[in-house]
Amino acid sequence: MAKERVLLIFSTETYDKALTYHLIHDCNVKINILKASITPGKEGHLLIDIDGSEEDVASAYQYLTQEQIKVVPANRQISIDKDLCIHCGACTAVCFAEAMSLNRDSWQVEFSPKKCIACGLCVNACPLRIISIAGDNLACTMVE
Amino acid sequence: MIKKSYEEINSKIKNGTAVVLTAEEIISMVEEQGIAATTRKVDVVTTGTFGAMCSSGAFINLGHSNPPIKMSKIRLNDVPASGGLAAVDTYIGATEVSDSDENYGGAHVIEDLVAGKNIRLQASSYGTDCYPRKAIDTLITKDSINECFLFNPRNAYQNYSAAANSTDNILYTYMGTLLPKFGNVTYSTAGQLSPLLNDPYLRTIGLGTRIFLAGTEGYVAWNGTQFNPSKPRNEKGVPLGAAATLSLVGNLKNMSTDYLKAAVFKNYGVSLFVGIGIPIPLLDEEITQFTAVRDQDIQTSVYDYGVPDRSRPALKTVSYAELKSGMIELNGKKVRTAPMSSLYKARAIANQLKSWIQKGSFLLTEPVAPLPSEANILSLDERR
Repeated sequence: MAKERVLLIFSTETYDKALTYHLIHDCNVKINILKASITPGKEGHLLIDIDGSEEDVASAYQYLTQEQIKVVPANRQISIDKDLCIHCGACTAVCFAEAMSLNRDSWQVEFSPKKCIACGLCVNACPLRIISIAGDNLACTMVE
Repeated sequence: MIKKSYEEINSKIKNGTAVVLTAEEIISMVEEQGIAATTRKVDVVTTGTFGAMCSSGAFINLGHSNPPIKMSKIRLNDVPASGGLAAVDTYIGATEVSDSDENYGGAHVIEDLVAGKNIRLQASSYGTDCYPRKAIDTLITKDSINECFLFNPRNAYQNYSAAANSTDNILYTYMGTLLPKFGNVTYSTAGQLSPLLNDPYLRTIGLGTRIFLAGTEGYVAWNGTQFNPSKPRNEKGVPLGAAATLSLVGNLKNMSTDYLKAAVFKNYGVSLFVGIGIPIPLLDEEITQFTAVRDQDIQTSVYDYGVPDRSRPALKTVSYAELKSGMIELNGKKVRTAPMSSLYKARAIANQLKSWIQKGSFLLTEPVAPLPSEANILSLDERR
């Protein structure tokens, strides 16, 4: 079995596909939608967990690729320029998924991509502006 | 009763025998060996803090061009700087925002100067007989200008209140992003490592005290603005809210961007993270006792930043041990806490200062004059 969190980015041409139906019906995977932002005529974003057998998850990826939907693994959504981090902890204040946390021995900020739901609050909370998010900061605007 | 003088401690520093501990290390030593033994054995305790300090800026002398100009409107990388000093002197404030980019300000100019980058200088003038030139547009670096010193009117707050938000909306503040309905609490201090919390009555910190400032040596120039040593204190002498502050000065050319970082707080503006470390000589047992202060001995109040009033209601008094645990209870709910100042960097600063003193390259200074022992903050009342 495989469970993967991915951000789907679809273009103005592909936004109107019955995507989740095809994934569930044809690929036999469980879909859990964590965040969605779809506006007709604009680029859309969907943050989902795909759960199923290795084979089914692979077929889901195949379907998405074939439909020209960009699949970004969720752990690549938030990126931090770690060399520039001063470990102030401002990002941990807003991270309710607790993906950003402070190690209470070293007092360094640690990031667990697996816990990240890509809400994007940390992007604006970071006073050094060293956190970025894939997909046009869209997840970020969704929260606000 | 043990007594040590500045001279004794400095001669130990010079011959490499001074015993130096950080404000964290002294805590366990006092617990294990007691105040008297610790005072005998340890000479200096080093402190550190690294937080956003808006009341910061730099004086710069730009040098005279040919023909010369009396600069009255000055911009550095499009950030306005003061034209109200002598012909080519200026002051750039950390929070001044660029005319073209709201995410760039005086703090960034200061950081870029320290980094050795080119800064665009644009200045204009009305022209005088002795300064006929009316405009200039050129590049400067820290090596092409004369004096360039950080002069911060208010740094190193002795304690500061914690922040929460009762409203239904996210608040973007200088205390960070405050989530709605008390979704989080932020605080900004190094607690038991913080300089002025380790010498609560400023017995060893005064005018002229040599300190660590942003990677080089700096000095206490004056008491900081909004200096308020008359705040109520707990039984350990620790003020329960924002009390003493320091005005600091140091040579920007020798500073390091590791300890001076520009910051942008969304919907608030630009600020500057400043790294400060102050050495405290253990002159007697009372001072040792003060430096042994622990996070659980230091309290502050949580304020509701959702109330846009000068006298915001205090929601709760908490200790820094509670705040640093990552969770406090507020209105019967567990609420996540987060610092806004870097404890990691504060510790690095205390250790850096410790190693300078151990190597004999940093001597302690006796204050030229003490800072005021009493002062009050006045509010601005409107009248005509």
